[in-house]
Amino acid sequence: MHTAAPAIELERRRDEIKQRLDTYRKRITVCTGTACQAYECLGVFAAIEEEIGAQGLESAVEVRKTGCHGFCERGTWVAVQPEDLCYQRVQPHDAAQIVAAATGNGVVESLLYADPVSKTKIPRGDDIPFYKHQQRTLLAPNRIIDPANLDHYLSIDGYRALAKALLCMTPEEVITEIGSAELRGRGGGGFPTAKKWRTARDAPAESKYVIVNCDEGDPGAYMDRSLMEGNPHAVLEGLLIGGYAVGASQGVVYVRWEYPLATRNIQIAIEQAAKAGLLGNDILGSGFDFHVEVHRGAGAFVSGEETAMIAAIEGKVGEPRLRYVYPAVRGLNGKPTVVNNVETWATVPAIVDRGAEWFRSIGTAASKGTKIFSLVGRLENTGLIEVPMGTTLRELVYEIGGGIPNRRKFKALQIGGPSGGMLGAEHLDTPVDFEALAEVGAMMGSGGIVVMDEGACVVSAVRDLVSFCRDECCGKCTPGREGLRILGGYFDDICGGRADESVIAAIEDVTHLMRVASLCALGVTAINPVVTSLRGFRGEYEAHIRQRRCPAKVCTELVEYHISQVKCDKYCTSCLSGCPTPGAIVGHKGVRKRIEQDKCIKCGVCEEVCPTRFSAVARFSGEPIPAAFRKGR
Amino acid sequence: MTREVRLQIDERPVLAHEGTSLIEVARQMRIEIPCLCYNQRLEPQGGCRMCSVEVDDGSGRHLVVACGYPARDGLKVWTRSPEIDRVRRMLVELAAPLVARGGCVTGKLGRIAATYQARPEKFVPRSVKDPSGCTLCGLCVGTCCEVVAADAIGFVGRGVERHVVRFAAGGCDYPTCKQCLAVCFTGKIAMEADATVFPQASIDDFLERRGVKIHSIRSLRASTYGENS
Repeated sequence: MHTAAPAIELERRRDEIKQRLDTYRKRITVCTGTACQAYECLGVFAAIEEEIGAQGLESAVEVRKTGCHGFCERGTWVAVQPEDLCYQRVQPHDAAQIVAAATGNGVVESLLYADPVSKTKIPRGDDIPFYKHQQRTLLAPNRIIDPANLDHYLSIDGYRALAKALLCMTPEEVITEIGSAELRGRGGGGFPTAKKWRTARDAPAESKYVIVNCDEGDPGAYMDRSLMEGNPHAVLEGLLIGGYAVGASQGVVYVRWEYPLATRNIQIAIEQAAKAGLLGNDILGSGFDFHVEVHRGAGAFVSGEETAMIAAIEGKVGEPRLRYVYPAVRGLNGKPTVVNNVETWATVPAIVDRGAEWFRSIGTAASKGTKIFSLVGRLENTGLIEVPMGTTLRELVYEIGGGIPNRRKFKALQIGGPSGGMLGAEHLDTPVDFEALAEVGAMMGSGGIVVMDEGACVVSAVRDLVSFCRDECCGKCTPGREGLRILGGYFDDICGGRADESVIAAIEDVTHLMRVASLCALGVTAINPVVTSLRGFRGEYEAHIRQRRCPAKVCTELVEYHISQVKCDKYCTSCLSGCPTPGAIVGHKGVRKRIEQDKCIKCGVCEEVCPTRFSAVARFSGEPIPAAFRKGR
Repeated sequence: MTREVRLQIDERPVLAHEGTSLIEVARQMRIEIPCLCYNQRLEPQGGCRMCSVEVDDGSGRHLVVACGYPARDGLKVWTRSPEIDRVRRMLVELAAPLVARGGCVTGKLGRIAATYQARPEKFVPRSVKDPSGCTLCGLCVGTCCEVVAADAIGFVGRGVERHVVRFAAGGCDYPTCKQCLAVCFTGKIAMEADATVFPQASIDDFLERRGVKIHSIRSLRASTYGENS
């Protein structure tokens, strides 16, 4: 017979915490995510704490360190509850003002976010356009709770889903619930989570494993990191429910080496949960035993692939294996293993708690729920966002992202990391949906979105992605290793103006081989940026190949810098002192400067340092050099 | 122990134990599927992809590698098709620059190249500058680690930098054990065995070349193996 006494005890503890926290009149939360730490958020926190102490307000005002609020560009963020006032770019010396305003029910006007167009100040966080168009279910607690404080997580009904799953549901019912919520894996492929769990549950074995994949390595992506840093208990709770559902008693959290704060916070969460009886033997009196260990990755992008991750956890080299028998049947140590992404695990408690019906009501026909993206690149607002599936890319770029700064035009959007697609303006109305994105050759990936404006060269951007994959592929299979080596060479040739017409056919040949014959998903999908950009930006490739010209004037080997002999100021020597190459800029004080093309290394420093009132340095690629820039004037 | 399953290879029906790799089932039928990295004593790696075949398991025809794909009931397998030939031809062309001397390959790879009319010189100018002579098939590593259990050789370097080294501190028992020489079809190990066994005598050299501080590794090893270096 199971006894529910520990569960009742948990609810009693939850009530106590809520009552205790209710005694505070105000709550000030300081974002202490990795980005805000770079902005000295810990100093802000200390200053606010000190101010509260100095005024003897400890019993009235609570101050908390929280995880990432999302709008990292404008950190450090400080929020005041219950009004949800959000202050941006807070410095330690603002602490007194914030505390004074909070106790006097006032607002510090100067720290509010101002609408970039109308310049009106926006006090409430949810009214800021960046947040207004989002639907934050997973990310919402990040602004409220201290990740290192179990009480905070309990106060927002944390571990209620676990108690419900363990005490009121059978493992089968949990899987059915996740299945009817139509949850799909957030790590990229979009595989139905319940199907994976079911396979592992049905696989006969005495021991099984569940693994959290936090090896997020896509350039510019940090969704998983923010969840692990800001709300580790949610991930842990999801993992516990998953372990119960598939019949696993051992969980592993695989965190990449580069995420020290995420590692620390999940370790703290594990310790706290174990102390509170939410982890270990006979959890909440249900008879369910579960243990978790943290495994730090050794720094390999390819370890995000689930078979490679399993190999790494086994202590072997993190290289993918054949997966004709799924890891859900034969995985870690040869036992059935479920590997899910951080975001997937963090979604599980919400589904169990609120029900599949609620989850299914959000999203599109085949993609349900919300998805977190990291929106970066040439945008007014960059940061971490959460939107319902089905939101169009246009909404992401223009409503949440606030559009492209400096009145420049949108050019391309790279979604899904180095294995995602490069989409042009014609695809902006594509909704974020697993199938819709796959149709245009991109993929959801883990959710990194990089926006490029007209100043970017697509060919050179794809070259960077290809060389990223070339450097990060494990080298085990021939198509992956040699295919990427050859592709990288082709792109170097194109960007260097050394390629001829046949190169596109040759690229298509290699990409075809990689798609059909690579060992793992890295090789299969590494070609996505190449294929999608060849489709959408063919003209740009042709300009590089036929005219030896880079239309965006980015590819250094195809660009020349020239100084206008009209605009250059005789008595300015900014470019001379900035130029790192002796002899590349000819001239001295009193004459107009010129660039010696055969010595110029095209670093672009002269263009950067040339005072804007002159703007005498210009880039040319392929076009005839105007008379004003020519020698001998 | 395992049940028998009925499948079809190149339109011919065959009975096999469930889970047997397709390459083995085909061998029993005297259908030879080319491979570089497969050896029946070793766990299939699926690295060279040369044994790619097409299968239809009900979800449509697609490529898999025969060394690792398990025999299943009702499976249809094709070991030759224009698509398979194209893939194998390109695989030879991609792997050839690693071993090609003057744009030609000999031995096992040469025979596959001839069968599939591959042009081994195709990628030579834009691949590795200095062919190492090793196709990175991993047979020596697999044999040393899985069969001999000496763990004396392994891969180091990621991606295009991948290569085989002998770990000086490992349990290499050359010349008593010559298992790696026996499986190496390029002859590279045999050629270099007496002198240095491998171009990099130890992982230290590799790390040193990469600018990695090796002090800690040395001391670690000294404490582990009681070695003075």
